[in-house]
Amino acid sequence: MVNKKILLAALLVVAAVFMCGCTSDGGTDTPTATTVAPTETSPVASPEFLKIATTTSLDNTGLLADLKDRFEKDHDVTLQIIAAGTGKALEYGERGDVDVLMVHDRAREDLFMDNGYGINRRVFAYNYFMIVGPESDPAGIAGMAPEEAFVTLIEQAQTNPDVVVVSRGDSSGTHAKEQAIWASAGYNYTSDISGSGDWYVEGGQGMGATLLMANELQAYTVSDSGTFLAYKGDIDLVPVVDEGDILLNIYGAMMINPEKYPYVNSEMAKEWINFLVTPEIQQVIAEFGVEEYGQPLFFPSLGNYEILGVTQEEAESPIP
Amino acid sequence: MYEIVEGFLTAIHLIVTFDPDVYEVAFRSIYITLSATLIASIISIPIALFLAFRTFPGKRTIINLVHTLYALPTVLIGLVVFLMLSRQGPFGFLGLLFTPGAMIIGQTILVIPIIIGLTYSALVAMDPVIKDTIISLGANYFQFMASILKEIRFVVYATVAMAFGRAISEVGAAIMIGGNIRGYTRVLTTSIALETSMGNIEFSMALGIILLFIALVVNFVMTSIRREAD
Repeated sequence: MVNKKILLAALLVVAAVFMCGCTSDGGTDTPTATTVAPTETSPVASPEFLKIATTTSLDNTGLLADLKDRFEKDHDVTLQIIAAGTGKALEYGERGDVDVLMVHDRAREDLFMDNGYGINRRVFAYNYFMIVGPESDPAGIAGMAPEEAFVTLIEQAQTNPDVVVVSRGDSSGTHAKEQAIWASAGYNYTSDISGSGDWYVEGGQGMGATLLMANELQAYTVSDSGTFLAYKGDIDLVPVVDEGDILLNIYGAMMINPEKYPYVNSEMAKEWINFLVTPEIQQVIAEFGVEEYGQPLFFPSLGNYEILGVTQEEAESPIP
Repeated sequence: MYEIVEGFLTAIHLIVTFDPDVYEVAFRSIYITLSATLIASIISIPIALFLAFRTFPGKRTIINLVHTLYALPTVLIGLVVFLMLSRQGPFGFLGLLFTPGAMIIGQTILVIPIIIGLTYSALVAMDPVIKDTIISLGANYFQFMASILKEIRFVVYATVAMAFGRAISEVGAAIMIGGNIRGYTRVLTTSIALETSMGNIEFSMALGIILLFIALVVNFVMTSIRREAD
């Protein structure tokens, strides 16, 4: 008697939860079927999903969520956005685990494409990196050039315990830019900077989390301007250095080479990248965040290829 | 302090107003973890019975291994399952990486040692008189196993509940294997990690309270089953 009751109760709970699970996301059953299918049966991946690995800044600012809604309205597809930082995104791409990359590290992107993993890169947005830090600016770097500021930071940090730098430390695009500035300032990142003392905190997190950490520690950090503006309300750090050619931050999208991985959804990947460079979406990117933050978080690539140092084709022409 | 109070109030508000975002994530968490716990139980309980009633060389080592794996780091599971399911891995052809199915696999691996180990301990600790009585009543192999399980059923319930708690609260593997895709593989724990990194402390608090609430409900169900049986 008791046993039957227990069994009945257990069954009811299981049934209820399974129903909840199914109704809460209709995708639970389909993905297994649809993602299995393309490997054997058809060379074209399932059109229902497009997996995008992206730098955290595009996701943390909310830009990608906005663009996703617009794209899904006109296309029969669900975008699956994996926000991971440029280093990890490139790794996912190299393994063929995603269809599109949206990243911001020209040097590693070039290498990625040279190795045959990525094709059809288009630049769709840019903004600038900035060194942000406490308003009191204990190292006194305000207004300096980025390289000069970095030299001053490391020198001040030796004697002044208030001078702390938080690094992404996660081989993201921002981390790569920071390393490039150290190199340009004459330091060897691996031997002189990384692990060199308490003044240099390697956070190992996304841009938003790193800003929050720097805020807690009242430390300096390198951020893209978009994420900084989006987080400005939550933190009291201010931009201390925001001028210098080296601070240019270019966002590129590329598709994974279907010759390397035939199952990628290259059809939809192409649609998505071409969608990003349309004049309408370029306008959306230009206006994104203006209402909320008083200024744009990103600048459109359209008409700006000369600033970016890329070909006009890469900044404006859709993939044929 | 303000954030904690504010977070708590927001949590209550989100819960009582049936905020669709919160509930969607919560139900996905329950769905994935319940599936994993069920699968793991089906695999683990027969193994525990086998270990308890058979003697064979190397048995001690296996038991020790199982106990060690209680502390299996979730990020290690995440890494191994990621490598297995990635397109470059041996099971890449399944295309399972970054799906809820992959997360179920990860959590299943996570709790199998717990269910095996605790069930095994209960079986070993059982009064041998019960064992002898069941055999002397002329039970066949399956009747014997069924009777034994019935004897220790409360330990099994508690074990499964504990496994559920461990699986639903882990974040390392979930984020590596699932990718934290909104509306698809985002669960309570990965959501909390993300929302906190985005500075949405109140929302994170709300999700945390729901997570705690689920644990409370599971515990309550277990206790009431037990009470009813007594």
